Amino acid sequence: MTGSRRPVGGLIDRSKMLAFTFDGARYEGHPGDTLASALLANGVSLLGRSFKYHRPRGLLAAGVEEPSALVGVGVGGRFEPNTRATDLFLYDGLTAHSQNRWPSLALDVGAVLGAFGRFIPAGFYYKAFLGKPDLWKIYEHFIRHAAGLGRPPRESDPDAYDHRAAFCDVLVVGAGPAGLAAALSASSTGARVMLVEQDDRLGGGLLRETARLDEATPDRWIARTTRTVAARGVRILTRATAVGYWDDDLVTVAQRLTEPGQSPAGDAPAQRLWRVRAEQVVLATGAIERPLPFEHNDRPGVMLAQAVRGYVGRFGVLPGARTVIATSHDDAYRTAFAVADTGGQVAAILDSRPACDRPIVRDAMARFPVWFEAQVLRAEGGAQGLRRVTARAGGKTLSFDCDLLAVSGGFSPVAHLHMQAGGALDWDPISGAFRAGQARQHQSSTGSAAGLDDLGEVIRHGWAAGANAAAALTSGAPAGSPPEVSERYPGPSHAVAALAAPDGVDPKRVFVDFQNDVTLADVDLAWREGYRSVEHLKRYTTLGMATDQGKTSNMAGLARLAANEGRSIPEVGLTTFRPPYTPVTLGVLAGHAKGFHVAPLRRPALYATHAAGNPLWQPVGYWMRPRAYPRAGENLHAAALREARTVRTALGWVDVSTLGKFEVAGPDAAALLERVCATTVAKLAVGRGRYTYMLREDGMVMDDGTVWRVGADRYLLTSSTGGADRMAHHLDYVRRVLAPQLKAAVANVQEHWAGVAVAGPGARSLIAALAPELDIPRHMSADRSVIGGVDVLILAASYSGERAFEIYVRNPEAAAVWALVAEAGVGLGGCAYGLEALEILRIEKGHVVVGGEIDGRTTPYDLGLHRMMNPARGFVGAAALQRPALQAQAGRQQLVGLESAQPIPEGSMLVRQAPGAAEGHVTAGGVRVIGEGFVALGLLRDGHARLGEPLTAWSPTRGRSAGVRVVQPLFYDPQGERYRD
Amino acid sequence: MLRIACPYCGRRAQAEFVFERALDAILPLDATPAAAVEHLFARDNPKGWSWELWRHTAGCGAWLRLHRHTVTHQIAAVETLGAPRQDAGG
Repeated sequence: MTGSRRPVGGLIDRSKMLAFTFDGARYEGHPGDTLASALLANGVSLLGRSFKYHRPRGLLAAGVEEPSALVGVGVGGRFEPNTRATDLFLYDGLTAHSQNRWPSLALDVGAVLGAFGRFIPAGFYYKAFLGKPDLWKIYEHFIRHAAGLGRPPRESDPDAYDHRAAFCDVLVVGAGPAGLAAALSASSTGARVMLVEQDDRLGGGLLRETARLDEATPDRWIARTTRTVAARGVRILTRATAVGYWDDDLVTVAQRLTEPGQSPAGDAPAQRLWRVRAEQVVLATGAIERPLPFEHNDRPGVMLAQAVRGYVGRFGVLPGARTVIATSHDDAYRTAFAVADTGGQVAAILDSRPACDRPIVRDAMARFPVWFEAQVLRAEGGAQGLRRVTARAGGKTLSFDCDLLAVSGGFSPVAHLHMQAGGALDWDPISGAFRAGQARQHQSSTGSAAGLDDLGEVIRHGWAAGANAAAALTSGAPAGSPPEVSERYPGPSHAVAALAAPDGVDPKRVFVDFQNDVTLADVDLAWREGYRSVEHLKRYTTLGMATDQGKTSNMAGLARLAANEGRSIPEVGLTTFRPPYTPVTLGVLAGHAKGFHVAPLRRPALYATHAAGNPLWQPVGYWMRPRAYPRAGENLHAAALREARTVRTALGWVDVSTLGKFEVAGPDAAALLERVCATTVAKLAVGRGRYTYMLREDGMVMDDGTVWRVGADRYLLTSSTGGADRMAHHLDYVRRVLAPQLKAAVANVQEHWAGVAVAGPGARSLIAALAPELDIPRHMSADRSVIGGVDVLILAASYSGERAFEIYVRNPEAAAVWALVAEAGVGLGGCAYGLEALEILRIEKGHVVVGGEIDGRTTPYDLGLHRMMNPARGFVGAAALQRPALQAQAGRQQLVGLESAQPIPEGSMLVRQAPGAAEGHVTAGGVRVIGEGFVALGLLRDGHARLGEPLTAWSPTRGRSAGVRVVQPLFYDPQGERYRD
Repeated sequence: MLRIACPYCGRRAQAEFVFERALDAILPLDATPAAAVEHLFARDNPKGWSWELWRHTAGCGAWLRLHRHTVTHQIAAVETLGAPRQDAGG
């Protein structure tokens, strides 16, 4: 196939040249060209190699359905793989590369393997590697190198992406003849209309046709209509593809503001995702032509008949010098006239129908050789192009020399959005296609998407669809009437579907899914192996699972499955169309949510105070908290160990502002808390507090914290930082849904109060110095006081295991109190400490944390917390905790301590001997703060009964292990003498 | 994405709400262990109309009762939790 630009014609701007490169070679094209049309005009017809067999591939289509001509485009961070050359509009400097070939497109080693090696049948990978994981390790490199599509970009994307919301009365998807007519009628009623078109210009199928609309040429009529609807305020988006139709008539539209690989002007976004809420949606999404099944139907030079007409009519490119046309209906005859009228030669028209006397056929017979009951058996050619076509007509075998074979196996209406919106599909036995049926949302389908094919009918139907959509919303009647269409060959052209392959062809050489290299033989094999459901067929053969989602291939596969089953196509059914309709970039889905903006950053009140000291930070949920405050020459571990030792020997202070904090007040406050907490609460005297924990409904520990009675009917509940939002929701659920009769109010005060915990042997002296009026509260008591003129709440609670106090202060005054603590604390030999030191200290004390030991699978028994459980029950999780599976004492993972002379790798498996079966895992690894050796916490099967047992903590992923001994999970001050008075 | 008509705030995007559970999956605090297991692990998964508990978390915070079709996603009723239950839509 050797394409060439015709001297005139087409919707391209011949006065301007655009330079581009393909595989390093330099070419020129015109504004209005796609990469595909520009390459064709330059005589390039080999565009890529196929997925599995590295077969040479050219252009099958001219639109978004193109399965074969995938290229990588752009450079650096703007590189975009797997871009359809037919959906890429030319710009100056465009750089494109073919994919999946090595060392070059023309000479490909993989193709040699494909030609001489064994074909890879359906299910090859399952069968070859099932139960043989070692084989995969050997072959993975080779297979990954040989198979696959484009490579991902290696640099980060420099471009910005935008999201926008829009609302309208009528959204028209697709600006072909039906969509334009719908926009005309809907907008004339005063309705707010939005028109979105995936192409870079309006017109759709009209762009390749020669009919007259209201006596104007198609491009004139399109221009006039565009002006009319724009003047009425219709919002028109081009290069904007409606990719998803969601609940309540929400349509997502991905719009390209620059072409793939192109630099945006200034800091403009490269793409924009629109979320359009429409009252009514008109789907004028067109139809996709289907290829024909014959041997080597994937050769470069085999092209869909409408695509050929598109290249001729829209781009002024004749894709081949000598054309054979194979069809099953009238429409492809138009391609014969288009080719011949632009100087091409039509060698033959092969019509699979019996001889018929339709006007277009009659006219064609006067100019071209037409064969009836004719089917293509085989295409011959290769990377250099097509040479010959062999066909059978009425029992005779014919052979035609040609370099272009224009095929048409009928049309599949684009019902994707209709189905995404929950609509049903109807089978049309005349056209052999599924088209939009019963709608579920406010959608209607029109034009060829509704299975229509006569242009006049398409336009009248589109006009009515727009008017009907608007009529549901406004009282205005549409003004004017649909345009009059004059066409040489009116009337429906569909006669029969040509989905079945001719008798006698080798199914191994007949491709169904061009992008995933699935042949008829694969479909047959899957059927023989029992894959009778269309959903199973799809997954086993990968039919329709490539980036084109089977736009050109699904029906052929279905037809073959149905034939094998001896059932009809609608009985076999169709796989579900899911969003997106065409591939979208991850960038446009992410929009602004990247880098710093990927998640909110929550700064504690003391953030600026900490930042001045340049600590190491640790994200906790969305919060940013200091991890350690390293001094010169210290790494994280050294800093944390110094901080922890300072706490044990002198004094330390830590920011605990992010803890969840809830005030619960009212006559039934204690009763509410005893439903949320698994410990008693009501027995607390005013001014006293206690450790508590909460269960999920299924009996697993959810969170832990402390609860304080700060007044007669007033409590303060604390919970973990990361679980605070969940706890807020849970408290509300219990209060409003489970126990609405209780008179209690809950206020989430997490961000009202900042907290500074001071801990260590010097903590009491520090509090005494800061709050001289205060009668120092004993352990687990609370009191109010004043520090530096600021009201504070002081809770005597210890997490570190040392005598400790938590000072709570209103956020704006936190920095002042922190400064006073630091000033007095340094005088007592103390230092600030971060989360890493806190972790070391709590491991040594055996305190469990959410996300570590509280992992959603541990009960109070597993964690050794059951002795403090409220015997009255009545709390969330109490009932489920009594189920037999949780009462069983054997076989559960239980909290243990582990000690070793070597570091104990966190996350490692606990095994009797490495390598071996895991009997538990290390949840947190630490060191002895004072003294020698390493300690850890872990969850171990039946751990409570295994004290003293030697085990190995084994981490094969890090190549480390340590011999450990199982001990009680408490390594320091077991009597708790240090934190009591 | 659904739009849910909050009785307090009007029609808002689903993103502002969270689904809590089906109404019949609310486990009373005085449930027996057997009932708890039944509620937690052997719930109905209706295909069709279902009463559900939602919350307008990123809005007014109200707990809402929705009558929703699990196949078509149609919402026949949105009520505040304390309101008397309407039998809407089957």
